[in-house]
Amino acid sequence: MSKASALTARPTTEPVRRLRLPQKLRNLELFLLLIACFINASAVVLVQLGALGELDPTLVLLGAGLSVLVISLHVVLRFVARDADPFILPIATVLNGIGIAMIYRIDIADKESGWASAAVRQTVWSALAIFCAIVVLLVIRNHRVLFRYTYIAGLVGVVLLFLPLVPGLGQEISGARVWIRVGSFGTFQPGEIAKIALAVFFAGYLVRNRDSLSMVGKKFLGARFPRFRDLGPILVVWALSMSVIIFQRDLGTALLYFGLFLVMLYLATGRLSWVIMGLGLFLGGALVASQTLNYVNGRFTNWLDALNPAVYNADGGSFQLVQGLFGLAKGGLLGTGWGQGRPEITPVPQSDYIIASLGEELGLAGIFAILALYLLFVARGFRIGFAGQDDFGKLLAVGLAFVVALQCFIVIGGVTRVIPLTGLTTPFLAAGGSSLVANWIIAALLLRLSDTVRNQPRLVV
Amino acid sequence: MNRELKRVSIVVMLMFAALLSSTSIVQAFQADNLSADPRNTRTLYDSYQVERGAILVAGEPIAQSMPADDDFKFLRTYTNPELYAPITGYFPVNGEPTGLEFALNAELTGTSNSQFFDKISAVVTGQDPKGAAAEVTIDPVAQQAAWDALGEYTGSVVVTEPATGRILAMVSKPSFNPNLLTVHNNAEVTTTYEALLANENDPLINRAINSLNPPGSVFKLVVTTAALESGKYTPESTFPNLDVYVAPGTTSRIENSSGGTCGAGETVTLATALRLSCNIPFAELGVELGDTAIRETAEKFGFNGKLSIPMSVSESVFPRGLDDPQTAQSAFGQYEVRTTPLQMAMVSGAIANGGVVMAPNLVQEILAPNLSAIETFEPVELGRAMSAETAATLSAMMVNGVQDGAASNARIDGVDVAGKTGTAQNGSTDPYTLWFTGFAPAIDPQYAITVLIEDGGGMGQTGFGNKLAAPVAKAVLEAVLNK
Repeated sequence: MSKASALTARPTTEPVRRLRLPQKLRNLELFLLLIACFINASAVVLVQLGALGELDPTLVLLGAGLSVLVISLHVVLRFVARDADPFILPIATVLNGIGIAMIYRIDIADKESGWASAAVRQTVWSALAIFCAIVVLLVIRNHRVLFRYTYIAGLVGVVLLFLPLVPGLGQEISGARVWIRVGSFGTFQPGEIAKIALAVFFAGYLVRNRDSLSMVGKKFLGARFPRFRDLGPILVVWALSMSVIIFQRDLGTALLYFGLFLVMLYLATGRLSWVIMGLGLFLGGALVASQTLNYVNGRFTNWLDALNPAVYNADGGSFQLVQGLFGLAKGGLLGTGWGQGRPEITPVPQSDYIIASLGEELGLAGIFAILALYLLFVARGFRIGFAGQDDFGKLLAVGLAFVVALQCFIVIGGVTRVIPLTGLTTPFLAAGGSSLVANWIIAALLLRLSDTVRNQPRLVV
Repeated sequence: MNRELKRVSIVVMLMFAALLSSTSIVQAFQADNLSADPRNTRTLYDSYQVERGAILVAGEPIAQSMPADDDFKFLRTYTNPELYAPITGYFPVNGEPTGLEFALNAELTGTSNSQFFDKISAVVTGQDPKGAAAEVTIDPVAQQAAWDALGEYTGSVVVTEPATGRILAMVSKPSFNPNLLTVHNNAEVTTTYEALLANENDPLINRAINSLNPPGSVFKLVVTTAALESGKYTPESTFPNLDVYVAPGTTSRIENSSGGTCGAGETVTLATALRLSCNIPFAELGVELGDTAIRETAEKFGFNGKLSIPMSVSESVFPRGLDDPQTAQSAFGQYEVRTTPLQMAMVSGAIANGGVVMAPNLVQEILAPNLSAIETFEPVELGRAMSAETAATLSAMMVNGVQDGAASNARIDGVDVAGKTGTAQNGSTDPYTLWFTGFAPAIDPQYAITVLIEDGGGMGQTGFGNKLAAPVAKAVLEAVLNK
């Protein structure tokens, strides 16, 4: 990039300043951000025209407030992270906005309004989440600060993860115990925030200990296997994931954390043997769980034999999954259009199944566009990993980006029967405050990391 | 680290490739199957979003969609519900439609291929989509007369137009009220439906096309056709006049329904045997002809074949590979011979139509919302069952049966009625099945009629075709001829 810019830039005068071109990135971001806000506004208007047949200014005003907030985030970036990646913020904005539009559309179908309306709550949560992102950008001026807090991050992650198990605080919703009650404000899923803390911890820990994890060990069958005493961390994370499956009854979260750890471990050590061992451990654990735990077993049956009438009609059977498929089928290639489908037929159409709702109204074309946005978002994170100079920053950026990718895969793959369905939120889209806050913080961290990467003069050009 | 990062990037690409494929598979390749799944309520709701076309009798709707103030937008409403239930069927919110509502679903919802361009133009002009209407061939006078004449009997009356195969009346009793099955309340519909299903008189069955009974003596028309067409027999061919017949290779006895012999004399002619409806001469004739000849003739009339009008008609059966005693029984419509009233109407219709079997048909026209005809149904010949001479001979024999024979109660002053009665056994103690099939006027047949009365007409084994079924046919014929 810098090479190309150097070639196109006029020679002689002030070559160094022209190489960096900071305002150009921010201007591009502003341009994309305005397009994103326009898409969001038109989505809400189309929902109203499609489902209500008239225009209702309330949500449009709320959405306008949100646009003001993301633009202030952009302004903050102009001051504290001039060289940050210009695509991350617009992508997060448009996904967040499309999510609100769909949640609003389902509110209309369910005749919810005011504070009972999930869309109003989602908008308020979005505002809070964007505010958190601004705070993160203002407070964390250099990501290496986080390296110092490696173990505290780890502790915070584990505590947050198991907070819902504390009696009186935890809340069980549809079988899984992953929520805590926060006063009268509603429920909060601390595990969502835990994934950021754990990503920081994994990155810090692995950078510190990579040598002993990667260099030592015996060769067996062509791969170098680690010493027994180095197995500690992977076993601890494995035990952590298994306890999430058993005690919190949440397959998706366990898969997410374990997958995150495995990928970061592989990146840090470069040893495939870790991955093989880790996958073996997790699959073994999942297999035992599917035999002994009813809810895990049910998920597998629903996945493999969804359309079987017996499975479909069973209590906790594939009814919901199949309704989601019916919705997607109804959408076809181009969808019914905003407000014209019947996503409300599917149970929880605004959270776990929001992708099926979007598929119904926006069609395969819309789903492809959303998947492309996610892929682009993840790619921007990976780009930081490729370009970064310090291993902690590289690992953290890739870890955070990968967690978004894996979460998409687990939940969208579950809805479309690639893998068994496990409850997770679709990043930025699905209704749920904790998920929004977590993902906006991830976006903020990626912005910060990308700024650092560009800001550093390259050692080798 | 970048080498590993590259590999992880590939894994992420593969994950997204999997999602792109899975969504494509669901939304593009499996979409049609998923939409056709009966559990898919979206498809059901959609079918209510278009104003479903009406079913018309002589231009008046017997089924139509009325605006409703709920999710379904339209309530399917039936006029004269019990009279027309076997024709319309019903279109429920939970479950599969029946009758014409099922058979013409694509046309009524406007999704049939012939309506493709109307659909496009409706999108372009911004009109609400609307299904096509179906005009049926039913004659309201004939239908009402058949309903009234059948009274309280469990059974069916079918009236057709011999020259075209158009069905002018199709009554099945007991009937039901389809309006009760189309209310927008699943629990209520389920209760009603289960009660109807549990009713031992099977009101949900359209007996005209879906009830299979032994034809008894009305089947003698088919056997007589086979005999005359073979060229070896004439109406004057004679058979030994016995009072008990034992078929070769068995000891089971066959008797005439009246006991004794078939009239006086050592021998009896085929004409007399048909006129008086005697079993023994037909058993003898059947064994001489053989089961293959009888079956081939029966199949020319439509037995052992599929038929849709456009509802699907149960297959009437003449079995294969019979031995002599079975053939003897089958020759007067017993053993395992089974038929629908519509199949018997085709037999009478073919005799009335100079030997040509017409495909029975219930739908006249499919009409676009602007009342222009999208599709008109022309008469279709299924084939020839006998020569015109044989048809004329049989017709004369049937007139004799009414004038001076076993079908005397169908006699109408001033009109020659051709007819044949039947009284079929259902095992040794069960009530008889009673039949009449025929047509009028014999010289220029306008109406072919078949009457089926199940369950002995409430008289167990004491009722017979001429006593119960023939008067029903007479009443209907009088009503339509006096129109």
